Amino acid sequence: MGAGHSHLLHRPGHSPVHALPPHCKIAATFGFVVLVVATPREAMWAFGAYAVLLGAVAATARIPAGFLLKRLLIEIPFVAFALLMPFVAEGERTPVLGLSLSVSGLWGAWNVLAKGTLGVAASVLLASTTELRALLTGLQRLGLPSLLVQIASFMIRYGDVVTAELRRMSVARRSRGFEARGVRHWGVLARTAGALFIRSYERGERVHLAMVSRGYTGTMPMLDETAATRAQWAYAAALPATALAVCVMGYAL
Amino acid sequence: MNHTPANPGDATPSLEVSGLAYAYPDGHQALFGVDLTVGKGERVALLGPNGAGKTTLVLHLNGILGGGVGTVTVAGLPVAKQHYAEIRRRVGIVFQDPDDQLFMPTVREDVAFGPAAAGLRGAELEERVRAALDRVGMADFADRPPHHLSFGQRRRVAVATVLAMEPEILVLDEPSSNLDPASRRELADILRSLDVTVLMVTHDLPYALELCPRSVVLSEGVIAADGPTQDLLCDEPLMRAHRLELPFGFDPASVAVA
Ligand SMILES: Nc1ncnc2c1ncn2[C@@H]1O[C@H](COP(=O)(O)OP(=O)(O)O)[C@@H](O)[C@H]1O
Ligand SMILES: [Mg+2]
Repeated sequence: MGAGHSHLLHRPGHSPVHALPPHCKIAATFGFVVLVVATPREAMWAFGAYAVLLGAVAATARIPAGFLLKRLLIEIPFVAFALLMPFVAEGERTPVLGLSLSVSGLWGAWNVLAKGTLGVAASVLLASTTELRALLTGLQRLGLPSLLVQIASFMIRYGDVVTAELRRMSVARRSRGFEARGVRHWGVLARTAGALFIRSYERGERVHLAMVSRGYTGTMPMLDETAATRAQWAYAAALPATALAVCVMGYAL
Repeated sequence: MNHTPANPGDATPSLEVSGLAYAYPDGHQALFGVDLTVGKGERVALLGPNGAGKTTLVLHLNGILGGGVGTVTVAGLPVAKQHYAEIRRRVGIVFQDPDDQLFMPTVREDVAFGPAAAGLRGAELEERVRAALDRVGMADFADRPPHHLSFGQRRRVAVATVLAMEPEILVLDEPSSNLDPASRRELADILRSLDVTVLMVTHDLPYALELCPRSVVLSEGVIAADGPTQDLLCDEPLMRAHRLELPFGFDPASVAVA
């Protein structure tokens, strides 16, 4: 979390997509992904249509294709898995480039690849147009328990503080000539972890004290009441609504 | 050494502590009958060596600690369970480590936390936050995460978080600790510009002299002295008896105080 709360995926901007309330975007993304997953894998053209839809969203959000493609790399482990499927799956076989591959495996691989890629691309789009903090408040508005949201917010806020503490402890260790080299030194590292836990725990108590002193009674006041307007909902719904049309046609044709 | 508040005629004092004694659950007694009155608009320094009970006293002012003997009232309202919400709005405590105080992801949300907990919303809340940040000169940093600010800036934001609650009394625990000289002076300018009652816990004797016309010495759980800051700092036997040491070369008598 080096660069502010603009996490790794976030790309600040002022496009209409950036400006949408986070809960609208989360709901739209979720709806889109559900529809993609529900589409029969035989309707290959439908996945092309989905990709075009996402391309349109990316263009509206002014997210360059290169940025998006680079973030899609998270997907690579799934791709590897998908590529294995035609080789290992059972059942009817078909020759492809001189290799005998499983038909159901090929369909399976296509299914994983197409749906996975679309799902990841949609999530990357959401993440690159929404700040981490806004994602959390969006989830809270959509009914995620406030306690979970609080915990996640504290992780964002204190991630750096704890990391800095850890770094200071490591500097202190090394200044006294200690380098962790192998199993013999794990004891020292374990004690560091213990000390870090105690420090974090004590910090937690002091933070709690400071919160109570400012009137905290157990629930976080909901700031930034970004109630979405009907127009914003409609705008966000454009993506899942079009996807629904595609999905229905996928079944019909 | 008894000292009457600046405006003896002025209605209710901001803070009245009387006969306050407290022992921690482990049996360690930290306060042995503290009496302290701070008049409205006064700036008072609370001096004392480590372990004197200063923080313990501060935590009694808004009911974080309690259950001992004695009473605390804030602008006439006794610190008791049924008044905690109002008391915590009236007593603004700035803790020593700004990283403990600033727990929200952005400066703006942090400053809004107190007033929002008190029920303020919308434009009114927005205005409160802006005004508080303006008073500490941090309005341009509203959308920054607190941990990306310098230490001095974080301390100023911490002051803003309690100013946003429009407190009756501002209590600062070691406000000048860890500040470089420039940040220290900036904070002093801010504190001097505020028109709230201030109780400042500190070891920094020149800082107390600069900001607070009146000081009290807390030592071994009782108020050992109470008087004009310059008089106390010039009283060498008193200072020595309570482990209060002036920085090398600093002569409190040579400073002209307003
Ligand atoms: N949670 C605690 N439990 C037991 N004793 C404590 C606790 N906190 C502080 N004390 C003791 O109470 C005394 C006063 O502490 P404190 O108010 O923190 O002093 P100061 O802030 O003036 O340095 C000290 O002797 C300290 O050891
Ligand atoms: Mg203390």
